Amino acid sequence: MSIEIRGLTHTYNPGTPLARTAIKDIDLTIEDGETVAIIGHTGSGKSTLVQHLNGLLKPTAGSVKVDGVDINQKGVDLRTIRWKVGLVFQYPEHQLFEETVWDDVAFGPRNMGLADEEVRSRVERALAAVDVDMALAERSPFELSGGEKRRVAIAGVLAMEPSVLVLDEPTAGLDPRGRQDMLRRIQRLQKERQLTVVFVSHNMAEVATLADRLIVMERGVIVMEGPPQAIFAQGEQLEAIGLGVPEMTALMGKLRAKGWDVPDSALTVEEAEAAIMAVLRREARVGTGGDI
Amino acid sequence: MVEHKQNFIEIDKVSFSYTGEPGAAEDTALDEVSLNIAPGEFVAIVGHNGSGKSTLAKHLNGLLLPTSGDVWVAGMNTKDEEHRWNIRQTVGMVFQNPDNQIVAATVEEDVAFGPENLGMAPELIRSRVDEALAVVGMSEYAESPPHSLSGGQKQRVAIAGVIAMRPRCLVLDEPTAMLDPVGRREVMETITRLNEEEGITVVLITHFMDEAVKAHRVVVMDEGRIVQEGPPAAVFQEIALLRELRLDVPPVIELASRLRGRSLALPEAILTVDEMVTALCQLRSEA
Amino acid sequence: MVPVATFRNITIGQYIPGESLLHRLDPRTKILVTLLMVVGLFFIDTYLGYGLAALYIALAIFRSGIPPRFLFRGLRPVIIIILLTFALNSFMTEGEILWQWSFLTLTKEGLSKGGMLAIRLILLIVGTSILTLTTSPLALTDGLEKLLRPGKRIGIPAHELAMMMTIALRFIPTLLEETEKIMKAQMARGADFESGNLLQRAKSLLPLLVPLFVSAFRRADDLAVAMEARCYRGGEGRTKLKQLAFQAVDFLVLGGSLVFIIWLALSM
Repeated sequence: MSIEIRGLTHTYNPGTPLARTAIKDIDLTIEDGETVAIIGHTGSGKSTLVQHLNGLLKPTAGSVKVDGVDINQKGVDLRTIRWKVGLVFQYPEHQLFEETVWDDVAFGPRNMGLADEEVRSRVERALAAVDVDMALAERSPFELSGGEKRRVAIAGVLAMEPSVLVLDEPTAGLDPRGRQDMLRRIQRLQKERQLTVVFVSHNMAEVATLADRLIVMERGVIVMEGPPQAIFAQGEQLEAIGLGVPEMTALMGKLRAKGWDVPDSALTVEEAEAAIMAVLRREARVGTGGDI
Repeated sequence: MVEHKQNFIEIDKVSFSYTGEPGAAEDTALDEVSLNIAPGEFVAIVGHNGSGKSTLAKHLNGLLLPTSGDVWVAGMNTKDEEHRWNIRQTVGMVFQNPDNQIVAATVEEDVAFGPENLGMAPELIRSRVDEALAVVGMSEYAESPPHSLSGGQKQRVAIAGVIAMRPRCLVLDEPTAMLDPVGRREVMETITRLNEEEGITVVLITHFMDEAVKAHRVVVMDEGRIVQEGPPAAVFQEIALLRELRLDVPPVIELASRLRGRSLALPEAILTVDEMVTALCQLRSEA
Repeated sequence: MVPVATFRNITIGQYIPGESLLHRLDPRTKILVTLLMVVGLFFIDTYLGYGLAALYIALAIFRSGIPPRFLFRGLRPVIIIILLTFALNSFMTEGEILWQWSFLTLTKEGLSKGGMLAIRLILLIVGTSILTLTTSPLALTDGLEKLLRPGKRIGIPAHELAMMMTIALRFIPTLLEETEKIMKAQMARGADFESGNLLQRAKSLLPLLVPLFVSAFRRADDLAVAMEARCYRGGEGRTKLKQLAFQAVDFLVLGGSLVFIIWLALSM
């Protein structure tokens, strides 16, 4: 399912002294099946942008089309849009409210008016997708660990079986293990369900591994856009807006400045290793034997 | 450096269980932990949620008391009721959620909270507040309401609130976990400056290895125990252990280890991008 | 569509910052004079008395630099109550009949009594809003704590009340933001806060209230630990950054108002 955004502007509290334009004149197309990362720091307009994707915020100007339908048109039932475009907020565990994990995950499907049988199978699938054991289903969500709570909350959105999944900083506040698992899970979900994924992050290593395309926001506008390699090659501009690049990309940049002929596109340790070894080997500084 | 200085904080075989019963394995948050911290030292404690690092942190100023074992702060036992407030003034604490530790409705009133609790004279409170706000670079926000600040700014206000009590040690429990990169940088710069320029002992609990790298000493915790301890260069060499614990290995350190595996003669102590660049350039020119 | 965004605009206490004489008065002066005025207004029962009281309040408005429309805006929500008070008294008081229809009897005494009560209400509301409009919630809290402190001997927990107010002031914006966030998160899961009958609407609030309470308790927990870590141990031995101090002008205003209001209350 594709999303097409044209000339999107949003002003909070328009016409009052508190008026503040959070995003202005955004053009953005998200293709079906794509994984897009939106990066930028607090106040850059990322969260405002994603809340337009399912009609939680209404544009001050411009349009948002989901699958060709302008969602802010008269007669469009926003609730059906929200079932297609599932939005997971930051710290989603803070929205849990039901007495059991099961009921909480079932909240969305029940709001959709689905039959009990369908609700049941969706809840089961959703919990499985986030690796929550069925044995926990009858427990109170408030008894779970922080990481489990977050997964249950994400299951609550997955249970609506949206075709677009939007996640606002899904790994914020998790420990390294939780972070690694969450990324792996999102990747798996995307593949298995052929989802279109939009996620907000400020972790550069994270977006480098997960996204097909990066959207960099600053002060309410998109300042850069493209595949991770291309974006990270512009390290200086990223630094200028306080975002930085993955460590390996920074290393490549600094080596190039010292006259090393390494590509500026290396993102991972493996790529960096290969690039450095290639230079040294070319200069025959290293023996040709052993494991090289 | 630890041996020849007198220990400022001594943690001696501390076990702690939230149910208060020693021996019940599943409730044991700390299991015979011993650790000494020298004055002026910067110690990072890393580990997963549930590894006991936050529980340990709360022992350093007597917010929690050991089920068995002792914690000594500047010669005072935290179990000693009469030293309680003295200990809390000596060891200040900053917590993870910046919102939930700011008490007052303006920045300066909040920074004044600690000194007010200590019963200082108003003029002295004033000078302490101004000084603390200047140290964290928040003077111009003195009269702002906290909810108008960014996460990094709030966290710096929280640090100022502690600094205003002139503690000798600052314990920070995942102070950057909820912040964006700009906020994280602001807070880390503040912490390192306090350590280097003001000589304040720092105990930093964190998930982020790039922050731990800045410490003098890294302590790795798992399941209520200290599993590794030493200068960052040494601790992060143990890539296998870090992987086993599923902690992040800083990319530069992993790269160094891989390159060494390819028989490049890189020095041991490579922790940062700049150090890596220097080492590689030297290698290239030598050969 | 989304009514939640408006939560942010609520300004508690309706304080309008300024540098006027009234703004600079010690909060205790303002609290005491307001209290005196409220009591005094109940003693006045002549139109001349109300006229003089209105003049006194008008003088205060003038010296506060607050645009009068702010004050009258405060009256809007209670206008029905004022009209009702006026009508009820006009028709329900016995006396010289002016007009009669069915069971309704308008009397001269009623009209006079209703009018006076309506004026009293208006003056009460306008007078007390001058206090909140010119005094920051923080100053108000400090003032109340200081004024109530002598009451500690008879069991009034002055410090605790003030601390509660301070924390409430600090966390109201945070909780409003949180409410908005949770509401949106539930709407993203198809929750509907806007349609349905009363019972359905009340039920639809559950997904909002439960997480809100959970969060408030978590924050309270965290805050208690943080306060303890910062050596908080109750009001005993605590000092304040900002000391309240009466200035000459406070004594002047306090003294002048005291004499004027008591004279007004006793003679009018």
